[in-house]
Amino acid sequence: MNVWIAIGITVVGCYAVKLAGLLVPAGALERPTVQKLAALLPVALLAALTAQQTFSTGDALVIDARAAGLAAAAVALLLRAPFLVVVGAAVVVTAGVRALGG
Amino acid sequence: MVMQERPEGAVGRPRAAVVRDALGVGVAVGLSGFAFGVTAAGAGISTLQACVLSLLVFTGASQFALVGALAAGGNPFTAAAGAFFLGTRNAFYGLRLSQLLALPRAVRPLAAHWVIDETTAVALAQPDRKSARLGFTVTGLTLYVLWNLTTLLGALGAEAIGDTGAWGLDAAGPAVFLALLAPMLKTSTERAVAGLALVLGLGLLPVLPAGVPVLVAALAAPAVLWMKGRRP
Repeated sequence: MNVWIAIGITVVGCYAVKLAGLLVPAGALERPTVQKLAALLPVALLAALTAQQTFSTGDALVIDARAAGLAAAAVALLLRAPFLVVVGAAVVVTAGVRALGG
Repeated sequence: MVMQERPEGAVGRPRAAVVRDALGVGVAVGLSGFAFGVTAAGAGISTLQACVLSLLVFTGASQFALVGALAAGGNPFTAAAGAFFLGTRNAFYGLRLSQLLALPRAVRPLAAHWVIDETTAVALAQPDRKSARLGFTVTGLTLYVLWNLTTLLGALGAEAIGDTGAWGLDAAGPAVFLALLAPMLKTSTERAVAGLALVLGLGLLPVLPAGVPVLVAALAAPAVLWMKGRRP
């Protein structure tokens, strides 16, 4: 049930912000501080999420095969690989390191 | 997914070129719904729930964030809050798109569902309104169809293969986040925000309830802006 509650809130919230962008008059959110904050918010969230989902299990910090996978994804990004290759590199390297007992 | 500035003074592009760009983005990113389906299944989300998320939320980063937070044991409200804040960037895409596409009011509630990173990037890269509308529509349609199909296949596939961890599939979520984050790290401001958020996100993880550290880490954005504002 908790999962459905979370899904319901996310569905409504995410659609509402998408629609708001198309409906509010131009200029309403054009203040430079608001624009800058809007650009930086996803940076903060994505950085925190990347770190947490790589270096934690539950509420414990760990370094395991996922760290190697993320490193592979970072290398793929530096080489300007397409999106799917980046994700694929992370998955394959993580699985490989685990298979080797990492 | 990198924003491109519209070339100055360019005139209309051939429809085929617009469609080709839009299909390229739509297919490449649409296929990564597979990673979402698999990640959702690995997080203990049912196939139906994963499909509902892709059909009705349809903004990848928020979907990954939500299933990740639920898997980590977060309560539904903090989990949804993280997903919601990630989705707020779509409002700012909508602002730019509403001027560019000039959609009739009746179409806007439908078009709003497709206002995401990829459709915005393709539409903004076009030199004129007609191409932008075409690019937006083709990218949106391709991505929506593929993202939902591959979500279903990923969720079913994950059930079939069992232990998603053994296949390294738990690394797909963070890799998607990293791929979305990388093009945003353009200046020292973005890098400072990312660095501070990383420290907050990891440092607070052992001491705060699941889902809350990510929300605190979001404060890195106003904190860095404030510190920059104070510097002469």
